[in-house]
Amino acid sequence: MEKTRPQWGNPLQFVFACISYAVGLGNVWRFPYLCQMFGGGSFLVPYIIMLIVEGMPLLYLELAVGQRMRQGSIGAWRTISPYLSGVGVASVVVSFFLSMYYNVINAWGFWYLFHSFQDPLPWSVCPLNGNRTGYDEECERASSTQYFWYRKTLNISPSIQENGGVQWEPALCLTLAWLMVYLCILRGTESTGKVVYFTASLPYCVLLIYLIRGLTLHGATNGLVYMFTPKMEQLANPKAWINAATQIFFSLGLGFGSLIAFASYNEPSNNCQKHAIIVSIINSSTSIFASIVTFSIYGFKATFNYENCLNKVILLLTNSFDLEDGFLTASNLEEVKDYLASTYPSKYSEVFPHIRNCSLESELNTAVQGTGLAFIVYTEAIKNMEVSQLWSVLYFFMLLMLGMGSMLGNTAAILTPLTDSKVISSYLPKEAISGLVCLVNCAIGMLFTMEAGNYWFDIFNDYAATLSLLLIVLVETIAVCYVYGLKRFESDLQVMTGHALNWYWKAMWAFVSPVLIVGLFIFYLSDYILTGTLQYQAWDATQGQLVTKDYPPYALAVIGLLVASSTMCIPLVALGTFIRNRLKTGGTASVA
Amino acid sequence: MEWIDGTSLNAENAFKVRLSIRTALGDKAYVWDTNEEYLFRAMVAFSMRKVPSREATEISHVLLCNVTQRVSFWFVVTDPSRNHTLPAVEVQSAIRMNRNRINNAFFLNDRTLEFLRIPSTLAPPMDPSVPIWIIVFGVIFCIVIVATALLVLSGIRHRRRNNKGLPGLDDAEDKCENTITVENGIPCDPLDTKGGHINDGFLTEDERLTPL
Repeated sequence: MEKTRPQWGNPLQFVFACISYAVGLGNVWRFPYLCQMFGGGSFLVPYIIMLIVEGMPLLYLELAVGQRMRQGSIGAWRTISPYLSGVGVASVVVSFFLSMYYNVINAWGFWYLFHSFQDPLPWSVCPLNGNRTGYDEECERASSTQYFWYRKTLNISPSIQENGGVQWEPALCLTLAWLMVYLCILRGTESTGKVVYFTASLPYCVLLIYLIRGLTLHGATNGLVYMFTPKMEQLANPKAWINAATQIFFSLGLGFGSLIAFASYNEPSNNCQKHAIIVSIINSSTSIFASIVTFSIYGFKATFNYENCLNKVILLLTNSFDLEDGFLTASNLEEVKDYLASTYPSKYSEVFPHIRNCSLESELNTAVQGTGLAFIVYTEAIKNMEVSQLWSVLYFFMLLMLGMGSMLGNTAAILTPLTDSKVISSYLPKEAISGLVCLVNCAIGMLFTMEAGNYWFDIFNDYAATLSLLLIVLVETIAVCYVYGLKRFESDLQVMTGHALNWYWKAMWAFVSPVLIVGLFIFYLSDYILTGTLQYQAWDATQGQLVTKDYPPYALAVIGLLVASSTMCIPLVALGTFIRNRLKTGGTASVA
Repeated sequence: MEWIDGTSLNAENAFKVRLSIRTALGDKAYVWDTNEEYLFRAMVAFSMRKVPSREATEISHVLLCNVTQRVSFWFVVTDPSRNHTLPAVEVQSAIRMNRNRINNAFFLNDRTLEFLRIPSTLAPPMDPSVPIWIIVFGVIFCIVIVATALLVLSGIRHRRRNNKGLPGLDDAEDKCENTITVENGIPCDPLDTKGGHINDGFLTEDERLTPL
């Protein structure tokens, strides 16, 4: 007897769910950084090649497995081979870690969104110091956007050892974020299916509005030209290819079990090949689209800062030499400087050390990724736009949509195996299971609202998923091709969907993708080993900038635990199943 | 103008003033001439007269010197006997008190009319009693709580109605969505309710043949 499995209301909900899950914050804050670091327009070459060679085949594989097995990750892999249900367990563990820390980003998004309803924006001005004669010290040394992020939002401590207490403001926002997630996943696919219409499409609306606004900003073309000018020599850099492969891999969200969970709610006859291609192309196009927006914003910010710097130099020279106000402009600056150097050499040499060399290039070169890009660089650009409250609200609303969409996928990856399991679902209704998962995650997530929370966030962000996912997807590919059998899977798909499996997919699954993943795995492992001790960036309030520090031993232990707890699931569960089978069969036959 | 006592420009009681008229007013910038200087001296004298012990300060007691093209100059305030200059602290506090009036007289602000060594009091940012973000947070929080409660309650009510209406149904039935999935023209629901004893996947003959 097969209980009726919940299904998507229509295939469009499934596609939107996958898009909403795959298109996340990484498209906005990681891809532009990679593009900038690895040769601008020429980065698109390795990116598209990796998309075709690695992204589409692996995405299709996961969707096909989910649609065929019609169960969450644990059940699906158990069906393929009982020894491999550890892969499913590892996926659930990694998804659990991810949902723990990912929702903190949504909490920060809420915080900034709520603060966008003020005039002026709180991150555009520094607060005053004690006697109101100047601005707060830390804010002067850093910038007002950095101050708002590090001091007002995070209230960050100088190092990971100093924990501080739980900050009530981020804690409130985190609670709200989890409530919102619970609201969306409460009814399973019925509610999720409706929510993903919004979380998938609204970010595009906002991105489009931002594109139009961004392209009309003063100086936007500087950023765009800088980004898209291809630097062909980067094609020879192996790091460019590795980063392209990594970006495609993680951007699609492979290995978490979310895609398997989503596909398991499909009708068996669904054409998941078409959907896999559509989702991966949309994901990559969104990355490129978002980077156009990001680079026009970069260009605007860099031009603004460059012009500010020039104005400061002009003011300095005007004041030192008592030139007429308005005489010095950006165009005659150089010649006037030469004139002054020759006419008043002694005075000029006094002033000279204070004259900063303003360069548009160096402003554009500041490549930032991650939370720094989203919450510091973008807010800096927004505060200089007209009607900045509107742009701020739009922007953080978009970030929230992107983050929520990915969270829906993460929680689906955890909940689907739980609700599939007959043991758990017989005791508790679906709402209670979802509620429990959200509650546990929220409670643990309070760790990230402490003063040192951002350092722990970085640990989770960098180490919780990277190595484990590579291993999981590798085992998945090998399991489907060699344990289950590629021919058997092929015939299953043919029966299920009615289409024959193209030779291209077979070649990719059997040879190319596993080799690529092994290559990535080796690279990361050797990178971790070679760097020796791991380091992190800590915020130094006295200097107003980030400094590098070493992780203390217990933090390294946590990192090891994170990686081990998910990767060890695979061999441990296999071993457990093996022992259990031996006990069952060998109990009657042999004496131990 | 000459300084009394031959005091040099670095006298501790003298202050340098810097105006950036073109930056502030652009095309509407006025020319800095002796009349504007007179107004300035008047404003400084006015500020000093507000100090309790200095009500007798006259415009002639304010001396300007070294006016440059920038526009910048030095000024000093003397006492009625014209022998001594007033201490810097007094002048400083007097100017600070009346900074706004002085700025307005010239259509400038703290940044475009600078008194070096006289820090201006910065305006504190508006600080409402209840931070705005808490209000927005509260609104959204309440909406989410209400929506969640509604969904949970309607789910419980739905399940209770199902239990009352069709007793003996498998529990798993309640957790499925109400969308009736259709496969091969047969709704899936009937496939499950018989507990697996009857397989409706196999149609009986008379249903397959179209009725005459």
